[in-house]
Amino acid sequence: MAAVPVEHGLILAGILFSLGLVGVLVRRNVIFLLMSVEIMLNAAALAFVVAGTARAQADGQVMFVFILTMAAAEVAVGLALVLQLYHRFGTLDVDAADKMRG
Amino acid sequence: MTVVFYLSAVVAILSTLLVITSVNAVHALLYLIVSLFSVALIFFVLGAIFAAALEIIIYAGAIMVLFIFVIMMLNLGVRTREQERQWLNPRMWLGPAILVLVLLGELVYVLAFAGGPAIVAVEVTPKQVGLALFGPYVLGVELASMLLLAGLVGAWHLGRREQPSVSGRKEVQ
Repeated sequence: MAAVPVEHGLILAGILFSLGLVGVLVRRNVIFLLMSVEIMLNAAALAFVVAGTARAQADGQVMFVFILTMAAAEVAVGLALVLQLYHRFGTLDVDAADKMRG
Repeated sequence: MTVVFYLSAVVAILSTLLVITSVNAVHALLYLIVSLFSVALIFFVLGAIFAAALEIIIYAGAIMVLFIFVIMMLNLGVRTREQERQWLNPRMWLGPAILVLVLLGELVYVLAFAGGPAIVAVEVTPKQVGLALFGPYVLGVELASMLLLAGLVGAWHLGRREQPSVSGRKEVQ
């Protein structure tokens, strides 16, 4: 049977999270920003599931379900914002929306 | 089984790297789906079969379809790709990448000496997950339903096209 050290699973989650963080910091296209946020959420969910299975408990997967719900809500609102940004400014550059107007 | 874990971990890291470096949004999305599939495989190997199924059905299925719909609606062309390529010069990504790499190094250093039980893939069945979800975590389920409702209302409000005749304050007669 599989005997993966729990640190390796957590390190994988850390690497995926860091890649998502680099994506958020580097990209300026809103769609890529949203994808990077998805990567980070997925990495956090992976850490939960790894920690849950290490102790053969269902709690990790319960948290995974909650994270999935939150990711779905976040993507729905985020993509609606992307559409609004594109209709107003004609670009997906986040720097186009740097002024707050009431 | 251990080999499958490490192999899919490598696939996940490589495809995620390709997501954040790709200039074409659709290509990035396909690589993201590959990454999600490999994470689902890791869940399966670890014995979290319910999470693996949800990862494929909801993440790689529903959420990615949303992304594809929006990319199709926006109709991005060659111009955007050139712009992306222009933005992705080393001068822009080198600084953040190095800083995050330092943070990752610290994280790996801390985790490598943490110690802990080795994962001996004990299958956590969907029944156990369901019992936990609707037993001790039932308040969380209620909160999640409220969050989804808020997301629905927010997406509807933000997503509707503003009509020029309706927008702007109406004169009081």
